[in-house]
Amino acid sequence: MPGKLKAKIVAGRHLPVMDRASDLTDAFVEVKFGNTTFKTDVCPKSLNPQWNSEWFKFEVDDEDLQDEPLQITVLDHDTYSANDAIGKVYIDIDPLLCTEAASIISGWFPIYDTIHGIRGEINVLVKVELFNDLNRFRQSSCGVKFFCTTSIPYSYRAVMVHGFVEELVVNEDPEYQWIDRIRTPRASNEARQRLISLMSGELQRKIGLKVLEMGGNAVVGYLQCFDLEGESGLVVRAIGTACTLEKFSSGSASITCPHPSTAPPSNACNSPKDGKESPLAHGCRSTHNSPVHSACSSQRLSQNFSVSVPTLIFTGMGSGGSAGKEAGPLKTLLRQQTQTTLEQREFPFFTLTSFPPGFLVHVGGVVSARSVKLLDRIHNPDEPETRDAWWEEIRQEIKSHAKALGCHAVVGYSENTSICEEVCILSASGTAAILNPRYMREGCLDVGSIDHRFDDPSPPNCGFCHIPYDELNMPFPAQLAYCYQCRRQKVPDVLFTTIDLPAEAAVTGKGCLIQARLCRLKKKAQGEVNATAISNLLPFMEYELHTQLMNKLKLRSMNALFGLHIQISVGENMLLGLASATGVYLTALPAPGGIQIAGKTPGDLNNEQHVAAIQKRINDAIAKNKELYQINPPELTDEGVGSPIPEPRQRSRIFRSHSESSDELSELDLSHGKKDAFVLEIDDTDAVEDIHSLLTDAPPPAGFHSCSTETMPGIYNWTSGIQMFTSVRVLRLNNTNLTNQGLNKIFTDLCENLLKSFYFKLRSTVPCCLCHLNFTVAVPEEELVQVSVTAVAMTFDKDQNQEKPPEKATTKGGSETEDQLQFPLELSADSSSTSPQPSKISGVAENTIVSTRAVSVDYGSFADRCSTWLELLRLKAHTIRRGSVKTSRRTQSLAHSVSSLEHCSPLPEGRSRSLCSSRSFGVGSVTMVKMTPLSFLPGTRIIKYLGIINMFFIRETTSLREEGGVSGFLHSFIAEVFAMVRAHVAALGGNAVVSYSMKDCVLMENPNKNQAQCLINVSGDAVICVRETDQEQTTNTGQTCGTIDGAT
Amino acid sequence: MAVELDVFVGNTTIMDEEVYQLWLDGYTVNDAVRARMEGGVLDEFDATADVLLSDTMDQYRTFQMCERLLHSPAKLANQLLFQIPPHRQTMLIERYYAFDDVFVREVLGKKLSKGTKKDLDDISAKTGVTLKSCRRQFDNFKRIFKVVEELKGPLVENIRQHFLLSDKLARDYAAIVFFANNRFETGKKKLQYITFQDFAFCAGQLINNWTVGAVGEGLCKTKNNMVEDMDVDLDKEFLQELKELKVLITDKDLLDQHKSLVCTALRGKTKAFNEMEANFKNLSRGLVNIATKLTNTKDVRDFFIDLVEKFIEPCRSDRWTAADVKLYLTHYTNSAHILDTFKHQVVWDRYMGVIKSCIFKMYHD
Repeated sequence: MPGKLKAKIVAGRHLPVMDRASDLTDAFVEVKFGNTTFKTDVCPKSLNPQWNSEWFKFEVDDEDLQDEPLQITVLDHDTYSANDAIGKVYIDIDPLLCTEAASIISGWFPIYDTIHGIRGEINVLVKVELFNDLNRFRQSSCGVKFFCTTSIPYSYRAVMVHGFVEELVVNEDPEYQWIDRIRTPRASNEARQRLISLMSGELQRKIGLKVLEMGGNAVVGYLQCFDLEGESGLVVRAIGTACTLEKFSSGSASITCPHPSTAPPSNACNSPKDGKESPLAHGCRSTHNSPVHSACSSQRLSQNFSVSVPTLIFTGMGSGGSAGKEAGPLKTLLRQQTQTTLEQREFPFFTLTSFPPGFLVHVGGVVSARSVKLLDRIHNPDEPETRDAWWEEIRQEIKSHAKALGCHAVVGYSENTSICEEVCILSASGTAAILNPRYMREGCLDVGSIDHRFDDPSPPNCGFCHIPYDELNMPFPAQLAYCYQCRRQKVPDVLFTTIDLPAEAAVTGKGCLIQARLCRLKKKAQGEVNATAISNLLPFMEYELHTQLMNKLKLRSMNALFGLHIQISVGENMLLGLASATGVYLTALPAPGGIQIAGKTPGDLNNEQHVAAIQKRINDAIAKNKELYQINPPELTDEGVGSPIPEPRQRSRIFRSHSESSDELSELDLSHGKKDAFVLEIDDTDAVEDIHSLLTDAPPPAGFHSCSTETMPGIYNWTSGIQMFTSVRVLRLNNTNLTNQGLNKIFTDLCENLLKSFYFKLRSTVPCCLCHLNFTVAVPEEELVQVSVTAVAMTFDKDQNQEKPPEKATTKGGSETEDQLQFPLELSADSSSTSPQPSKISGVAENTIVSTRAVSVDYGSFADRCSTWLELLRLKAHTIRRGSVKTSRRTQSLAHSVSSLEHCSPLPEGRSRSLCSSRSFGVGSVTMVKMTPLSFLPGTRIIKYLGIINMFFIRETTSLREEGGVSGFLHSFIAEVFAMVRAHVAALGGNAVVSYSMKDCVLMENPNKNQAQCLINVSGDAVICVRETDQEQTTNTGQTCGTIDGAT
Repeated sequence: MAVELDVFVGNTTIMDEEVYQLWLDGYTVNDAVRARMEGGVLDEFDATADVLLSDTMDQYRTFQMCERLLHSPAKLANQLLFQIPPHRQTMLIERYYAFDDVFVREVLGKKLSKGTKKDLDDISAKTGVTLKSCRRQFDNFKRIFKVVEELKGPLVENIRQHFLLSDKLARDYAAIVFFANNRFETGKKKLQYITFQDFAFCAGQLINNWTVGAVGEGLCKTKNNMVEDMDVDLDKEFLQELKELKVLITDKDLLDQHKSLVCTALRGKTKAFNEMEANFKNLSRGLVNIATKLTNTKDVRDFFIDLVEKFIEPCRSDRWTAADVKLYLTHYTNSAHILDTFKHQVVWDRYMGVIKSCIFKMYHD
């Protein structure tokens, strides 16, 4: 018995009236863990019962402790009939299993019922006693810390970053089991909630095991998702980055992995987790084809493979070539080391989006892959697991794209799905990068000593912009220039990434949110026909989204995108694409050229005038934007010195796809790489609309900024006011005869109007910035478009918003040591220190037509990836295969050595767990809990991470009208979800949630039946934070966080 | 194309005070949008009517969800559903329980029953306060009435603690509860000129001086614990004692003596001296009669109308100034102390103290 779980039910309050006759309730509580249930006494006739129960003790395996939630059910006692359930509370006790996190859970929890919502509150105390049993880690991974935060958590140091961990668990969805036809909705919902809670517990435990196996002690950037595949089942999957973290300054011994030998390198990284993964690790794709593959898909796959062949060449030459170019033997050595280290890994992926200084060496560009799959309806337990194979395939693709960009790693990596009926689009994306091997070398935990040898002179703050690939053998003909900061190395003219802007990066002016939105109609179809249609549309959508992004970027006179997230959602009769990113002007990159409009028939005078008029509007818009975003790059006098930049040949054009549908695809001449395939033809009405849409994107009103990244480049002096919000809007398209253009307009307006609404609602908080604007689109029904947004409004001090805080300046200065000698510092300084001079942008050669390879939507490469791109995309295997889902929960054999794990125990003996009586239930005040999608709270310091919050709720109603329609229903549900998250955090002793996100918000409605159902999944990290000025650590920090009041 | 669903939920609940007021005032969403547009929100912030509509709907929904909590304000502080900073909570409660004087004037002293609620339509039409707002205000009265009815202890304090209201508002509600409980007649035409604030002041005087709780600190401390509703009901014993004052008008000697004392004191101090002298017996009879009849519930109800008919109107017809009234009543009260055969000084002071201040308050146009 490795653990004893203890729970005490103290009291309830605000209970609903269950007995109409007396207007009172006879409440009692059932406490259930695993198969053991305890009951309290009935507290008769009270809406504020005091149970003050004994401590209920559960003796359980720690494996169960990780998997199972503590289930508390409040019931109304009824002498004559069955007891009525009032509601439930699920408490995830995982945070108690980690020494460093919370030691007790104590507080008021909302009593939640899936039909009625929150019905009163219950005060509960939960403790865990773990025994120091030698077999503690048999199947469990207690002690591994999980963080949703996609950076190294505050007050921790990354001793080693081990790399990618992933896992998925499959089960049948109780909602779709036949038995549910006779269950009540409440029973069905509760079964689902409980199952998902169990599955995510199991998933987390399994990931934890993998981490221990790798020798790590934490997972950072933990991203868990649910795929509700309907009749084919329920998939819970997670990815993350395994790390060895060490707490700064005090008591670090307790968490660092004590012995490197516990995880032999060969075993830790390369060892196949389960049998079928091994062939992949050796790069032999053919073997991993599951028997389900049709002949067709195999063929496609092989096509894909052949396209990938050049990858190998690029990689080989890339490392050799650029090493020589870059910095001599030391660097070569360094690079080789990194590569061997990383290539041993199955997937050198990192879910992190921001990194410790020096971690990120170079960034190649965005890599992404999508795949369309058919979910199989047939349950056959003997069928091999296919979901894993699907993801393997996608990840392999990503890996090879990264290689093609001369990169050995992918950072800012994420995965998601979109499901409509039986079709599922799997997507993965990230940023190809070269990383400093220091954090990854196996068996080398002592960073202090050995590594200094390889410590290359810390890269200048422009280092990450430098191309990772070889200039002479570029994966695509990109336009290169010497870095505008160090002047020594080559940079691309545009850089797209999925990561946050590195802290050391020099930025000119301010950034802004850039969104590309796209709708494509599709015929309704079934099965493979449908999947093929979607596959055919996907490359066009990717292409158009990318084009839009590029145009909008140029219109704002910027040259880089950070935090790029592209989502493609599938519905029955349409596909929706939404790309969001933060545009910035990187000082190191060349100034972007303008946008040039070209007429189709040059001779036509009218046309010429028209073109000129549009051209003028665009030029005006660019000039205005430059002023708005304060983009005044220093003028370069020594332009082109020693630079092999070709003569300015042509300016960038409006990129447009020729075709709107796949039918026209055949007409495309795909063979030309450099043909002017995307000259804007002005007599094309679509094109005119495109320009209009380009120009009608309204900038945020005065006092507002917005971005999709954690913080806004160019704003540094945040004040402590924050307001996190979630907004959902659903549009019904009544007009069935919509065209693509009409649909695009509607979709664009929807997004723009949402933004306008936010600005209006938050108008009292100006000056402020909407950070981490995270848009999620879905097509819940045939004519419905749903957009959900979670973001945080952060206030800042307007007066000094030009200045970087001093510590940033020092890091920057320090990292420049070498280059300062040769190059004037002004080049790298930010706009505040340089005299703003309007720069000429036309001087720089802007564009070439580039062939991007294969599926890799190598955004970073930037080019007018036109025909070749399309051609290759067409070749891409959007493999359609019939998969099947295992009907039972997946069992996985995980190899691990008990003896080695013993040493890894992150739990020190005799850990102190003190009952914190000060913050027990009391009268009145509720702790204010701040929530933010960011990894930090401005003006405060996070002093403790209390554990991960990962909650899944279902809400259903059969009285939709009475609850205020769908809006009323969802409004109260979201408010309830917030309330439950806050309550759990407060019970853990925390006062804030960072890295909060709403992963899923699935709404189904049937107004005719007066019914609706909604599923919401949220996650985040519970923390204690104190004001930056406060020195003392206090547990009761409820007052330390100020809040933005509502609009006044 | 139609917006099927549109919600915006903040972790800290966002509430616009202006919209809150419109909601409280019973505006429909569309009327509120119109009012806001006229208020110029759109001008100071570049937004379209759609944005305003969406915002207004969101806010209205939030308020509707909060309303349940506002019914028992103590819950608002420890509920978990909405995260509202304490000072915002105070604002929400204070505004929710605020009422229109014109409305409360209509229902003051009436039984807070369902029958009266049906009259709300008429009141709404008469006062121009929307029916929705009337309902809210009326329900607030009823709710507070119901809660404090069952509570012991000082009325104002009970209201303040249970409904977390400001002192001013708590006192106003105490007045409303007190009037409703004693069913004071306030609706007669002759009383129309008296504002709610006048009545509230008078109610405060009565609560502080004529109820059982009023004497708590002084005379009958032992009685307190046994008596419920000590602030809401008039002190029965005191009312009984008031009968003794009758001697002031029934005993002819005493009456004459009283008159001469008052007239001596007033002579030369006011222009209205002649009228005062002429009316003394009438006025004194009026005031003392009011006192002696207060044991009858019916006469308690008519307390204010009696004050107006028996004292204020005669004075007004003689064109006394407010200063005259004050002068007269001061000497009228004080002179009684000099009457050697008059033994009921304490009761007299307790009675006249209230009468004096009520009449001062009510003596205006």
